[in-house]
Amino acid sequence: MISASQAATTTPERYNDAVVRAHVIATVFWGLAGFIAGLYLALELAFPALNADLPFLSFGRLRPLHTSAVVFAFGGNALLATSFHVVQRTCRARLFGGPLVWFVFLGYQLFICGAASGYLLGITEGKEYAEPEWFMDAWLTLVWVVYLLVFLGTLMKRKEPHIYVANWFFLAFIVTVAMLHIVNAMSWPVSFTSTKSYSMFAGVQDALTQWWYGHNAVGFFLTAGFLGMMYYFIPKQAGRPIYSYRLSIIHFWALIFLYIWAGPHHLHYTALPDWAQTLGMTFSVMLWMPSWGGMINGIMTLSGAWDKLRTDPVLRMMVTSVAFYGMSTFEGPLMSIKAVNALSHYTDWTVGHVHSGALGWVAFVSFGAMYHLVPKLWGRERLYSLKLVNLHFWIATIGIVLYITAMWVSGIMQGLMWRAYDSLGFLQYSFVETVEAMHPFYLIRALGGLLFVIGAVIMTYNLWRTARGDVRGSEPIAAPARLAPSPA
Amino acid sequence: MADDRQKDDITGVETTGHEWDGIRELNNPLPRWWLYILYASCAFALLYWVLYPSWPGVSDHSKGVLGWTRHATLDAEITAAKAKQSAYVEKIAALPMAEVANDPELLTFANAGGRSAFGLNCAQCHGSGAAGGKGYPNLNDDDWVWGGTLDAIEATIRYGIRSAHPETRQNDMPAFGVDEILTAEQINDVAEHVLALSQSATDPAAAERGAPLFAEQCAACHGERGEGNTELGAPKLSDALWLYGGDKADVVASIAAARRGVMPAWIGRLDDATIKQLALYIHSLGGGE
Repeated sequence: MISASQAATTTPERYNDAVVRAHVIATVFWGLAGFIAGLYLALELAFPALNADLPFLSFGRLRPLHTSAVVFAFGGNALLATSFHVVQRTCRARLFGGPLVWFVFLGYQLFICGAASGYLLGITEGKEYAEPEWFMDAWLTLVWVVYLLVFLGTLMKRKEPHIYVANWFFLAFIVTVAMLHIVNAMSWPVSFTSTKSYSMFAGVQDALTQWWYGHNAVGFFLTAGFLGMMYYFIPKQAGRPIYSYRLSIIHFWALIFLYIWAGPHHLHYTALPDWAQTLGMTFSVMLWMPSWGGMINGIMTLSGAWDKLRTDPVLRMMVTSVAFYGMSTFEGPLMSIKAVNALSHYTDWTVGHVHSGALGWVAFVSFGAMYHLVPKLWGRERLYSLKLVNLHFWIATIGIVLYITAMWVSGIMQGLMWRAYDSLGFLQYSFVETVEAMHPFYLIRALGGLLFVIGAVIMTYNLWRTARGDVRGSEPIAAPARLAPSPA
Repeated sequence: MADDRQKDDITGVETTGHEWDGIRELNNPLPRWWLYILYASCAFALLYWVLYPSWPGVSDHSKGVLGWTRHATLDAEITAAKAKQSAYVEKIAALPMAEVANDPELLTFANAGGRSAFGLNCAQCHGSGAAGGKGYPNLNDDDWVWGGTLDAIEATIRYGIRSAHPETRQNDMPAFGVDEILTAEQINDVAEHVLALSQSATDPAAAERGAPLFAEQCAACHGERGEGNTELGAPKLSDALWLYGGDKADVVASIAAARRGVMPAWIGRLDDATIKQLALYIHSLGGGE
C-alpha cells in the first residue's frame, strides 16, 4: 500500500504543473519589464530630460509602474508560481478548484495590465504601493479571494499529516495581504462610471492606514511570502534538512505578531501622535530577531553541505539572498529608531534599503527558485548552463552592491547636508545643492541597475534554452549531462 | 502517523520525524544568542514604553516618566537657535542698511543669513550661484532692471515685480506686435536698431529705418541711446547683457509680445531682518551700486 501511494505521488499527472509554468513565464516577463523600467527611472533621475516632456514618461507616473511591476507583477507571480508548486508537492495533492486556478492566473495578469496602464494615463489613487483605482482594487479582491480558496482547498485535501512550514508562511501572506488590501483600498468612487475615487479615511488616519498597509506589504508580501519560498527551495536545492523546527515555529509566530504593528515608523516626526510613533519604533526593534530566525534557518540548513556553495551557483544565489535578507532586516529596525530615522527619512538611504531587500533578497531567492523549477516543470534533467547562472550571480551581485553602496553614501550625505548649519546658525546648503551633490551617485546607481538588468537577460536566455531542452555542450559538470538534441 | 525520527548523519542531530517531498527538519534548539537578543530587544521596548509616550487608553495615552514630547523638544530647539542669533537679528532689523554695511561683524552675519535665505527662497529661479537664466536676471552683474542700490534691491525683494502686493514694482511695455501697434516689418527694423545700440545689428539699412520708430515708441522709457531707466524698470539695451536673450529672434519676440516677468513679494513670507540680509547679500555679489 505504501509503495502504491509512493508511486502515485511521483506521477506528474497528479499535479497541476501547467499553471505553475504559466506563472514562471509571467515572473520572468514582468521581472524584465520592471527592472528595465527601474533602470530608465534611475537614468531619469540623473538626466531629467529623458522624460522627454511626455506625461506618461514623467517620473511620477513611471515610478508606480516600476514599483508595481517588480513587487506585484514579478514578485507576485513568483509567489503564485512557487506557492502553487510547493503546496502541491508538500501536501501530495493536486491544486484544489480546477478552472479556478486559471482564473487566478488570468485575473492576476489582467489586474497588472489594468493597474499599469492606469498609472501611465494618470488614473491613480496616489497611495504608495496601492495606486490602483477602485475598480482594479475590487477586481484584485475577487482574484485574491479565489487564490485563498485554491490554496486553502489544497491544504484541506492534503495527504500529509502536518502542514509544512513553507505553507504557514504562504497562508499568512495570502490572508494578511487580503486584509491589508481591503482595508487600505476602501474608497468612494465619484460615480460607478468614473475611474476616480476618494479614500474613506482622511488626514493622519489615512496616512496611518496607508503605512499600516505599506509596511505590511513589505512584511507579508515581500517577507512572509518569500520566506515560504526559501523554506522549500533551500532545503531542496541543498539536499539537507531544515536546521530547526522549533526556530521555525517561534520565529513564524513572532514575525506575524510583531510585524503588523511596525507601520507607524514610516511616519516618524509627522502629524502622527508621539505614542503611535513609539509603538511603531519599539515593535520594529523587537522584530529584528524574529526576522533573523528565517535567516538562521536558511543559512544553517547548509550545515554539512557548505561545499555545495562552491559547485552549485543556484544554491549560492539562494543563500546570498538570505544574507541580503539578514542585512536588510537588521537595517530596517535600525532605521526605525527615531534618532536614525531623523537622518535617513526622505533620503536615498531608504531607497537603498528597499533595494537591498528587493534586489538582494526578493529577486535573488526568486531567481534561485526559477532556476530550480524550470528544469523540473519542463521535464529537463538539468539547466542549459550552470556557467551562465554563475555569470548571472556575479553580475547581479556586483550590480546590487554598487546600487546600495551608492544609495548609502548619497542618502547619508543628503541627510547630513539637509541638517548642516554654519557657525552663525544658518542652513549651510540649499536643496538644489544637495541634488547636485547626489548626481555622481545617481550615475553609479544606474550602472548597478544596468548590471542587474543584464543579469536578468542572461537568466531569461538560460531558462528559455532549458525549457527547450538544450544543454550547453562544452560544460564540464559533475552531474551527468543529459544527451539532448544539440542546439540548431 | 508513525514516529519516524532519525539521526542526521552529518550533524548527529535528531529530526522531528516529519517529511514533505523529501524535506526533513532537524530538532535543533533555539540558538541562545538569538533568544537573548530577542529578550534584550523586548526589554528595550518595555523600558522605552515606561520612559516615553506609548500605549493609548480610553481617553488618553501614557505620557512616559520623562514627560518628553516632540513639540516641546522642537520649541526648545527653536528658542535656543533664535536666542543665539537674536543680538544680530535685532540690530539688523533696527538699523538702516547702510549702517549695517559699515559694521564688519553685522555685515558678515547678514551675508551668511542672506546666502542661506537665498538658497532656500531665490535659487529656484535665480540659480544657486545667482547667475540667473533666460527670464531670470543674473544678480552678479551691474545691469539692474529696477536699480542696484541697497534700498532698490530691498524694495524689489519686499514688494516683488508684478506681484499681488499693492506697492509692487510694475510697468507695462506694450506688446507692439500682438496689439498691432507696429507691423512685422517695423518690428524687424526696431529690433535691428536695438541690436545696433550694442553694435550687433545684422542689417544696417533696417537699423537706420528703425531709428525714428525707436525714438517715437521706445526712447521714452529705454532712453534715446537705450541706456535704460531703473526708475521705470526699463532695461538697458546698449550693452551685451540680455534678460530674454540677445539674438535677433529673441529681441523681435520681446518687442512683439512684451515679456512682463513676475517675481513674488516676500513681505509677509520673510521677516524684515531676513529681507534686509538678502538685500545686503545680493548687493555684495558684485554688481551693487
